[in-house]
Amino acid sequence: MTLIKRPQDIKASEITPESTFRQRRMLLKTALAMGLIKTANLSAQEDLIPLNQKESGNREQPFPESGRLNDLKSWPSNVSSEPTSFEDVTGYNNYYEFGTSKTDPASNAHTLETHPWTVTVEGEAKKTGTFALEDIIKGHTLEERIYRFRCVEAWSMVVPWVGFPLGDLLKRFEPTSQAKYVQFFTLNDPDQMPGVRYPVLRWPYREGLTIEEAMHPLTLLTVGLYGQVLPNQNGAPLRLIVPWKYGFKSIKSIVRIRFMDEQPQTSWNMANAREYGFYSNVNPDKSHPRWSQATERVLGGSIFSARVPTMLFNGYAEEVASLYTNLNLMTNY
Amino acid sequence: MTRRFLGFIKALVLLACLIPLLHLLARANGLGDLGANPVQEILHTLGKTSLNLILITLIITPLRKETGLVWLVGLRRTLGLLCFCYVVFHALTYIALDQGFAWNSLFVDVTQRPYITLGFISLLLMVPLALTSTNSAQRRLGRRWAKLHRLIYLAAILGVLHFLLQAKIDISDPIFYSVVLLLLLGYRINTWLKSRQAIKNRGDS
Repeated sequence: MTLIKRPQDIKASEITPESTFRQRRMLLKTALAMGLIKTANLSAQEDLIPLNQKESGNREQPFPESGRLNDLKSWPSNVSSEPTSFEDVTGYNNYYEFGTSKTDPASNAHTLETHPWTVTVEGEAKKTGTFALEDIIKGHTLEERIYRFRCVEAWSMVVPWVGFPLGDLLKRFEPTSQAKYVQFFTLNDPDQMPGVRYPVLRWPYREGLTIEEAMHPLTLLTVGLYGQVLPNQNGAPLRLIVPWKYGFKSIKSIVRIRFMDEQPQTSWNMANAREYGFYSNVNPDKSHPRWSQATERVLGGSIFSARVPTMLFNGYAEEVASLYTNLNLMTNY
Repeated sequence: MTRRFLGFIKALVLLACLIPLLHLLARANGLGDLGANPVQEILHTLGKTSLNLILITLIITPLRKETGLVWLVGLRRTLGLLCFCYVVFHALTYIALDQGFAWNSLFVDVTQRPYITLGFISLLLMVPLALTSTNSAQRRLGRRWAKLHRLIYLAAILGVLHFLLQAKIDISDPIFYSVVLLLLLGYRINTWLKSRQAIKNRGDS
């Protein structure tokens, strides 16, 4: 029995005319958009059960052993430039838990243990507890999204991230009406992270978003880059990517998520509130007190490459500007 | 100490001081590489070498006094001029490679960003020192030459402050440079206090 017919076995009469095929797709799209059909990936999402309420203690591997992430949904990117090389994306990082130089994380982050990994969810939500990474990821369709990434230090890169919208996960915890902000925490383990022995920042590293920012479809809960699982130095196994904000908002190696009714503390803001605001939206008109944010240096260029102008909201103004219509961006930086 | 020996030592010092520059040039031309952000790598390497050289220049006098090796003074000019060269290359890298001669933004940087202001003043202070580094200028200026060249202390202080104020949050390197500079300046203050005391004692007796 052959389930898949070879091309010569298919009669011409069996082939769906292209116009019909297109009509069907259109119908499907419309139905999907109207919410008439539950997509396979959403129905596959089981209720999230905290680890301590699960019967089996066995922990599955969240990703294929090869580290390759396959069957990625494509996503229409508005980035025209080529992605930054894998070498630069994974060799030039700010991840102070592994040292303060740009090359420290790539040399030191091999000590990070990313399995088994758990995320504790707490605060203003109905479903709280400690969840297994594999349970969190299961059922979500991974997408490849090419985003611009702009560091507060005025350099930038373009990265093909792999992940899914953070909002899709947060909804599963059923945040209450009191959940106005979300705070995130990075792992804080001196045995795995040599950098946290020095009080450069307040550990654990913490970041926060308004609930609207967290639910925005551009906010990506990221598990990979360049079609493979995140290298440790890029924030494995689970990090945030908020493409319209300075890079430090995109917290790495997340172990805790807290729904809050007030604005959460964030590590860089605690270190220097004048230089690093809570919002930290990319804004070429609002200088960092010590350097201009009007232009940026694109990584991977030659020594003769010129700086390029920085865009408001890092080029994502069309999608996110509506979040800030009542906010003065010069005072709420 | 023969002239030939001093010439030989100077040549060695010159070569040693050129290593960071030659290393950068080699990396820029494919021997190794300058990493993901080559302009910043060049900028920081030249800046760091400038700081190293200004501190090494300032170590000569204490070293001479403590060891009695008078010929060490002969290296001061070589070191000082090399330091000045690195400072100029550092500034040129910033103006040309980093900012691409964007004069408006350079003007804003120099006037509004304290660490750049301090670095710029430090560079300006070193210009008259480099210009009066010749034997003939030294003869012409006489006693005023030594007074003028005390500007190196101010240039060094501003240079280290420039380094400290540009650090994002990890200030361990700038602190190390600050401590070394304070020790070198402290040595001079101590010597000066002692000599004043000696003069005073002589006056009292």
